[in-house]
Amino acid sequence: MGAELIAPALYETLFPAGISRYAVGGLLVGLGAVVIYIGTGIPAGASTFLESTLSYVSEESRFQRYVGSRDWRVVFTLGIVGGAVIYALAFQSGLVSSGLYESGTTGQLYDVGGLTLWLTGVQPWRLFLGGVLVGIGTRIGKGCTSGHGVCGVGSASKTSIVGVITFLAVAIGTAQVVMALGVSP
Amino acid sequence: MADRHPLFMPLIFVGGLLFGFGLGFSHMARPEVVLNFLQFEDFGLLFVMGGAAVVTGLAFALVPRLRERAPLTGDTYGRRLKSFDRNVLIGGAIFGVGWGLSGICPGAAYASLGVGNVTILWALAGMFVGAYVQGYWRSQRTASETSPAGAD
Repeated sequence: MGAELIAPALYETLFPAGISRYAVGGLLVGLGAVVIYIGTGIPAGASTFLESTLSYVSEESRFQRYVGSRDWRVVFTLGIVGGAVIYALAFQSGLVSSGLYESGTTGQLYDVGGLTLWLTGVQPWRLFLGGVLVGIGTRIGKGCTSGHGVCGVGSASKTSIVGVITFLAVAIGTAQVVMALGVSP
Repeated sequence: MADRHPLFMPLIFVGGLLFGFGLGFSHMARPEVVLNFLQFEDFGLLFVMGGAAVVTGLAFALVPRLRERAPLTGDTYGRRLKSFDRNVLIGGAIFGVGWGLSGICPGAAYASLGVGNVTILWALAGMFVGAYVQGYWRSQRTASETSPAGAD
């Protein structure tokens, strides 16, 4: 859509992989949240799962407050994993193709029994250390990319909008510093 | 909990499937793509978050006008509104450092596992460690604030 609206060279610079796979994926993410909302009234987020699941193994009060929702949060997370498996089966493996889907060049692909799977090249220490900070920050900050970013912004919540601006700005700064230090991938 | 509608869990699962498929299709489940966005090399990710927020925004605005209560829970429809305090800024900043370092957030990490990225288990393990550390610390602090010293 956007290619005709702005200069092609600029479009190519801003969106080297196009926008359709991003937009379609985003609409589906939103649709997933909406399906749950219409049926149950719950505006779901992904990071509470971390604490609610810890309530199975820890008696700490901070985790026990999520006992009432921990079972469906496990189901929600299994659904997310399952949806990504279906994507891998259909599009990543090339069983289905679409003009809306751009396959991309990041990481590396490998095959297991006809199913094309994907592995990141980002170093484990970055994933682990980053993960620890994500685990601390999303829980202290009352939400993550889905809770604040999708459901909170969709609710026009000022708290969530401030939260998103905060984590987005800090993430951009961090990623730029890490890149400037020559860490890649 | 025991009186939940029989379709409650199936619906949560279907919602999760769509959510995870979208994260896979958009490549947000790939840390490299998130890092490319944060490094200003590909701005497409704006359409993932923006597209999703537009869809939820429409639903959160319209659904409460059409129906009063959700069919599977009987709960009234509300928006996702959380109180603002400095934790939103502190937590958001810590999350930002982690997201900028790793390129992965919780929902995308679950989806990343689904596309075959077993290496993401490092990030998932980290997230559980981080969630545990803050939960343990905050539980202890709450306990010491609400009960006399040594009552634990």
